Amino acid sequence: MTQTLTRYQQYEIDYKAFSESNAQPEWVQSLRQSGWARFQELGLPTARRGNEPWKYTNIAPIAEASLKLAQMPGRITLDEVKAVAPWDDGWTNMVFVDGIYVSDLSSGASSGVAVTSLAEAIATNDELVRAKLGQAPHMEEDDGFVSLNNAFLRDGAVLHIREGKTAERPVHLLFISTATEQATVSYPRILVVGEANSKATIIESYVGLSDSVYLTNAMTEITLAPGAELEHYRLLIESENAFHVGYARVEQAADSVYKSKVFERNVGLGRFDIYTRLNGEYSSCEMKGLYYTSGSQHMDNYININHEKPHGISRLYYKGILDGRSRAVFGGTVYVQPGAIKTDSHQEDKNLVLSPNAEVDSKPALFIWADDVVCGHGATAGNIDEDTVFYIRTRGLDLEAASRLLIYGFAGEIIEAVEEKGLRNYLEQLFLESLPSYKFEF
Amino acid sequence: MTEDIKNKPILEVRDLHVSIEDTEILKGVNLTVNIGEVHAIMGPNGSGKSTLANVLAGRPEYKITSGEVVYKGMDLLAMLPEIRAREGLFLAFQYPVELPGVRSWQFLKASVDAMRKHRGEDALSVREFDKLLDEKRAYVGMDTDLVRRSVNEGFSGGEKKRNEIMQLALLDPILALLDETDSGLDIDALRIVSEGINKVRSDKNAFVLVTHYQRILNYITPDYVHVLLSGSIVRSGGSELALELEEKGYEWLREQVTA
Repeated sequence: MTQTLTRYQQYEIDYKAFSESNAQPEWVQSLRQSGWARFQELGLPTARRGNEPWKYTNIAPIAEASLKLAQMPGRITLDEVKAVAPWDDGWTNMVFVDGIYVSDLSSGASSGVAVTSLAEAIATNDELVRAKLGQAPHMEEDDGFVSLNNAFLRDGAVLHIREGKTAERPVHLLFISTATEQATVSYPRILVVGEANSKATIIESYVGLSDSVYLTNAMTEITLAPGAELEHYRLLIESENAFHVGYARVEQAADSVYKSKVFERNVGLGRFDIYTRLNGEYSSCEMKGLYYTSGSQHMDNYININHEKPHGISRLYYKGILDGRSRAVFGGTVYVQPGAIKTDSHQEDKNLVLSPNAEVDSKPALFIWADDVVCGHGATAGNIDEDTVFYIRTRGLDLEAASRLLIYGFAGEIIEAVEEKGLRNYLEQLFLESLPSYKFEF
Repeated sequence: MTEDIKNKPILEVRDLHVSIEDTEILKGVNLTVNIGEVHAIMGPNGSGKSTLANVLAGRPEYKITSGEVVYKGMDLLAMLPEIRAREGLFLAFQYPVELPGVRSWQFLKASVDAMRKHRGEDALSVREFDKLLDEKRAYVGMDTDLVRRSVNEGFSGGEKKRNEIMQLALLDPILALLDETDSGLDIDALRIVSEGINKVRSDKNAFVLVTHYQRILNYITPDYVHVLLSGSIVRSGGSELALELEEKGYEWLREQVTA
């Protein structure tokens, strides 16, 4: 007989077993212990009142699910991986199954970038990881998800791009969740260190194989030294019943360039959180996103850009397609701190709402404490226009073809911005094939 | 074109009554168009001439209260707009719609292929389509740059109208309805657009030109001119009727009709 556990009891059971079974360097133990202590203070951000960062996203279903720590990677072959996930043999592919690095499925090293699994870096007491892990900046008090990611720190990826080096191939970090009877949770942790004037492309993809319930709680920490450039893709292709809470924490020095592109296609309840601190003159970030929600999916994009030094540039441009009874949240906030003069910032979120039962809460915001800045923001939500559809039909195309043209036309510019060809082709397929057969009301 | 359609009416509009939101716009329109003919429908603003063109093309918001339309021997009003198009009916829009993000090239190829599929023909290869597009582009002097961009997005008024006529040439319809194609064009653009239309004209197709002004008829000589006033055709004649209207205005006719 299964006993009903009280809230968070499963985390306690797992943490106890986890902390006893893994003999680790002291600094790892310390990170875990402080993470666990912090989680016990915070719990998960379930409050429905006065909880501004989670105002439109109720994570009660995650808090109430009894999620067991994923222990062993499920069995999967390379062919199965390639069939479901973005893949290019020209990339450096690191495959993680249920949160654990599987070297048999992963491919060779990359020129220009040192790539290791976090488990290996911990086992070898890696100096760089020791110095950098857990140092990522954050705007607000970190929440319970971040604390848990620290508490269960175990595996993930470490990318180190040395000064002046360019990673010649994109590094693809693929996190696959396999089917399990018990709802599970995994805690991927990624550390990216870009030294001065280095350049790299990373693709993080999160892929679910079944309709089982699981949580991916992922944290990516990025530090970009002066003049470093990083192109950072994140793809959400989780299962229909999956939960995903993913964080990117970016520290940017002078003249560094951070480009983020997120593609959110599938998840039950998901959140991508990006925080970047532009902590050097002439640093810039460009963030693009495309989300398509259907059924009863819920997707939340929560982005904070913090301009701390003069001459920073930030661009935030997201587009969403909403269908069914789905809900999307866009919270983009730009802070311009005192002294961050000549900041140039713009953010925009555009939504195409296909169903009367779908809803988007779009909240771009600006907080400016400096003079001599150029900042703008906007948000729109619209439907497919009847005149437009009629025009297309008079050219011999039926309703379905018309809706595909229009929806793809709407989403296309974000996909076309993907420079990596193999990935762009994959995304075209992913979004084109899943486009709804739009039921027109007129 | 099959022989049995030749010299028979391609379009017969019989006592057509059309309303929008309970206001009657067309009050019993009759019109017969044969293959090879050019008809001009003239009338002041609000007379219902654009409504007629749009109803024939299948715009959904209109309510047909009575009457019938026979196109190529078929019940036109029972056909979906895309089926009308595939059967060779074309509407050049008064206000062509912008399709942000939809590339002209892809849109036009999809359109041509949909027509071909309906006729039981294979889709064109990229090379074949490019050749066809180049040929038709030249009809109206359309830049290659414009066919690479999103459909009508950021086009000037004149470019949008030229784009409509390029599509007309590309789709090569049997019955072309041109809804105020001349409006908003300067004299040079009007000449280019008219020349494009004339290149498409043949004894195998028919045109219905809806226009407020006589000036486009200097370039495209109609076989018949019909005057639509308050939802009915009040006078039909030859091309000389257009000149008379230009001289005397629509009020002249309105007084005659009501007298």
